[in-house]
Amino acid sequence: MSTAAELRRLYSKGKKRKVLAIFALFIALLVAIVASVSLGAGSPRFIEAMNVIFSRVFPFFNINPEPAITQFIIMDLRLPRIVLAIVAGAGLAASGATMQGVLRNPLVSSYVLGISAAAGFGAALAIVFGISVIGLFGGYVIIANAFLFSLLAMVLVYGIARMRGISTETVILAGIAIGFLFSALLSLIQYVAPENEAVPAVVYWLMGSLHTSTWTSVLIVSPIVLITVLLMVQQSWNINVLSMGEDVATSLGVNSKRVLGINMVLETLATASIIAFSGVIGFVDLISPHIARMLIGSDHRFLIPCSALTGAFMLLCSDTVARLVLAPTELPVGIVTSLLGVPFFIYILVSKRRQSWR
Amino acid sequence: MKLTINNLSFTYAGVPALSDVELEVGTGEVLSIVGPNGSGKSTLLKCINRILKPKQNSVLIDGKDTSTFNLKELSKLIGYVPQSSTSTFSFTVFDVVLMGRKPYIHWSLSERDNEIVADMLDFLGIGDLAMRHFNELSGGEQQKVIVARALAQQPQVLLLDEPTSSLDIRHQLEILCLLRRLALTKGCSIIVSMHDLNLASRFSDRMIIIKKGKIFASGTPESVLTEETIESVYGIRCKVTNSVLGKPQVVPLISDLPEETTLKMRPEITEKL
Repeated sequence: MSTAAELRRLYSKGKKRKVLAIFALFIALLVAIVASVSLGAGSPRFIEAMNVIFSRVFPFFNINPEPAITQFIIMDLRLPRIVLAIVAGAGLAASGATMQGVLRNPLVSSYVLGISAAAGFGAALAIVFGISVIGLFGGYVIIANAFLFSLLAMVLVYGIARMRGISTETVILAGIAIGFLFSALLSLIQYVAPENEAVPAVVYWLMGSLHTSTWTSVLIVSPIVLITVLLMVQQSWNINVLSMGEDVATSLGVNSKRVLGINMVLETLATASIIAFSGVIGFVDLISPHIARMLIGSDHRFLIPCSALTGAFMLLCSDTVARLVLAPTELPVGIVTSLLGVPFFIYILVSKRRQSWR
Repeated sequence: MKLTINNLSFTYAGVPALSDVELEVGTGEVLSIVGPNGSGKSTLLKCINRILKPKQNSVLIDGKDTSTFNLKELSKLIGYVPQSSTSTFSFTVFDVVLMGRKPYIHWSLSERDNEIVADMLDFLGIGDLAMRHFNELSGGEQQKVIVARALAQQPQVLLLDEPTSSLDIRHQLEILCLLRRLALTKGCSIIVSMHDLNLASRFSDRMIIIKKGKIFASGTPESVLTEETIESVYGIRCKVTNSVLGKPQVVPLISDLPEETTLKMRPEITEKL
């Protein structure tokens, strides 16, 4: 029989292991960043890349400046793209973990909730017809449209679910229905679109890519993702308690409907702002939480940050591979995430000891 | 700590589930609720801790209307053990019991939260299970974990919805002894719904028996468990004898059940049963 003191020691040992796992992921991400910045089309390799970054961080140490083209490749092509991959991967994965937890369903992703399809429709509308809901954004028409239609999908899903008395089932079913609606509209647009470059552009957008990343997109997406993810982490206890069912959550003082509403808003804001810039990147938000759960368990205080790091690592590696395999052209990152992620995921699925959901 | 219910009524989409329920539970008292399936036992428990919200709230704690409390305040007063518990995602036993501290924690855990959880696991004798996964435990073990979680709330009233229904005889006794121990040592008021009339008779101070959403009889086990009451509530005849423990013991008879139910057994068998 374990005594109370022993139990507490055991628990804090378990906690340390989780923190350690998160720290290890963080180191892996740092390694991936260094690798990614040193690889790619053009000449800059590890030494040059480090030299450029070092000279930017410590300008007074700039003894042996690299040529302007090298500086441009590192600072304006590779780095913003790397940062956006990290932010996007982290945001998508944290959203996935949160919504799977709140809806108590391990299959939930932005596809299931209709957000991806709506973003795709919004983007296609802008690409094909040059129409935007708001005409003021100029060059950001596609982005604005994708973002606004994602929000619209969330409002519709929430509204429909609410009419039926909001619950996990109604939200998921409404999400699937809205997703199908926007997929159908998207197909319709592609079908009726005039025969020019528009349709291939839509297809390319739907596969997701980070090649248009700039510091501007990083500056817009990062604050939104940072704030929403922090707020998601703040919901951890509520999500943990919800895992035992709504009645239990109520008896523990948690208003489950409010928690669901709050997290739907956070998830949609994060996901919509990311895929508006990157195009539809699937799989990361579905799989990263599962990998994280296998690593550190289901306590959302640790799971959400761990998922975020897993997602960031996954998307950065995928994007780096997407840049490299067919250089000088590149693959859409959405293809690579699945091609690399699926075998890895199946491996851990069959080799793991314990089922982390039911 | 006194819990009073006045005139409680509840309807599910127009179908009345409870009407004019009145009861009172005092400090350290164990009250059991019995009654047929669908008679409103679970509904009554859920109305007490406002999982269900009756139109006119009539639950008072020490004279204060519970509808004036917010969920969090209420969850510090009333603990709830549902009929069955599963978790979608895999949590350790320690994590599950820690959830009972939810009403008290904002973000970080205090030493005291950990201490209370460890104490509760110890109190229930399930310290060995602390790092096991909740979903991998047996029904009896899970039930104890859920009781530990409710106790971690440090409630003054504990509601349990058929905590013994799916347990083997040993776990049934363990859980019920534990409830008596809680009432005695921590002064918890306990309201527990049950199917087994003999266990209810043995472990409760007072009982209520519900039929179609109304309290049919209430009082001590001796006054509630009579042959007439049981026949009119459950529609079966029985013999009520005095058990070796000096409590009423119910022995149901099947001789007058409809023939289809007894599968047309020969009379000599029916009589033996």
